[in-house]
Amino acid sequence: MRAVVTVIGKDTVGILHKVSGICAEYNVNVIEVTQSVLQDMFAMIMLVDISAINADFSKLVDSMDSLGKELGLSIHTMHEDIFNSMHSV
Amino acid sequence: MLNVYNILETIRMIQDECLDIRTITMGISLLDCIDTDIDKACEKVYNKIVTKAGRLVEVGQQIEKEYGIPIVNKRISVTPIAMLAAACPGENPVKFAKALQRAADTCGVNFIGGYSALVHKGFSAGDEALIRSIPEALDVTQNICSSVNIGSTKSGINMDAVKLMGQIVKETAERTADRDCIGAAKLVVFCNAVEDNPFMAGAFHGVGEPDCEIHVGVSGPGVVRAALTKYPDASINEIADIIKKTAFKITRMGQLVGARASELLGVPFGIVDLSLAPTPAVGDSVAHILEEMGLEMCGTHGTTACLAMLNDAVKKGGVMASSTVGGLSGAFIPVSEDAGMIDAAVDGVLTLEKLEAMTAVCSVGLDMIVVPGDIAPETISAIIADEAAIGMVNTKTTAVRLIPAIGKKEGETLEFGGLLGSGPVMPIKEKSAAKFINRGGRIPAPMHSLKN
Repeated sequence: MRAVVTVIGKDTVGILHKVSGICAEYNVNVIEVTQSVLQDMFAMIMLVDISAINADFSKLVDSMDSLGKELGLSIHTMHEDIFNSMHSV
Repeated sequence: MLNVYNILETIRMIQDECLDIRTITMGISLLDCIDTDIDKACEKVYNKIVTKAGRLVEVGQQIEKEYGIPIVNKRISVTPIAMLAAACPGENPVKFAKALQRAADTCGVNFIGGYSALVHKGFSAGDEALIRSIPEALDVTQNICSSVNIGSTKSGINMDAVKLMGQIVKETAERTADRDCIGAAKLVVFCNAVEDNPFMAGAFHGVGEPDCEIHVGVSGPGVVRAALTKYPDASINEIADIIKKTAFKITRMGQLVGARASELLGVPFGIVDLSLAPTPAVGDSVAHILEEMGLEMCGTHGTTACLAMLNDAVKKGGVMASSTVGGLSGAFIPVSEDAGMIDAAVDGVLTLEKLEAMTAVCSVGLDMIVVPGDIAPETISAIIADEAAIGMVNTKTTAVRLIPAIGKKEGETLEFGGLLGSGPVMPIKEKSAAKFINRGGRIPAPMHSLKN
């Protein structure tokens, strides 16, 4: 089971560190990271493995949400099924 | 495989284009709650709903978190209450409405639909009592929706019921006049009603359905419109293709959410209703899709053709995306719930006559239309009869949800708020149809009902 974490917003120091820190806290393994900074805008898509997660998936979503609020970034944490079902037959 | 473009497209659809799951609706059969003692029956109804749907809201919220997709409403549809009322002659069916309201409060759902009667060929025990109790039931409850099926392609139109419903719609509006006539917004009159509809106010759980199941209604006019803005010079068949592809994506999401809800609740998955359901929010309008296709304003000449194409393309895209499609499936055109329709109605471009034509080619019918408060009940009945005739002859579902704005006339507005929006009072014809309506009887089923 995998999930996708997307982070979009103004670039600051330590975004990747903080997001992956939360992943580690929940025993969620980071599989793939795509990241780019265009002018001041930071955009990152992270594919993570949630099969060994040590709490409810919704707790991870909440933690990412509050990190997003704290840093002024838009962070979405969604199960990969939604992308697979919408974009492949 | 996941790619960046797809991920960002999904997020944009949800965040900027108002993509959401409009409703998860649990259909519950109440046939095993029938009892000759109405109080016992009400208790059984309450207990069954609370047992089956107690976790519905919680599961809905869990899925919202899991997939990051908003689920706007959690609803319940039940067996038409007239069938339960039939066992308790002489009792006031409003007791059932109160029991349903109690169940809605306990479960925390937004609506329960099914305070309904199916009288397309005639009234059986319980039907007339239930219909006559609708104004009181919708007055004393907040989250209960009512519907009455007065016609079908197979049986024709029950004109006695049409006449009665004209009076009931008016009376319901009068009883709730102090609350912007909200009662009438929760009452819909059908021809060819479907048994697995997840949308309100017309949802009920048909007798042919299983004991309990989950239906999903998707929404996404904003997404379709945004997709079209990218192709300003495309031909109409290219536009149809774009709509199909977009509808596919939207419906896949509905299928996913429905399957997940069914798994978590341990209840079979019923259908995905592939509807484009607008809300008054900016960017969530079906009228704006039609305008994007090239109409200066929704309601002008060409609207029916654009809507026919839209409705068909939505179905073609959606059918492939879901294992079981059902419900109403198509584009909805509720006037007060659609920012573009409201503007067009205020401008006088969108009229009742044009809406009637539009209902011949799209899902459902004359929906959320505010009419002058002094409208005669026979005129309401005549509008219902016209709309039912379109449904009967075209073998499709049509419906009428009119709101007589008590104490208001043309040029004024009713404000419902929330998903129901606001609607300008629309003009109606002055000449009477009372003699036609008062004849009573039944319009025979059309020739093509004899298919066997």
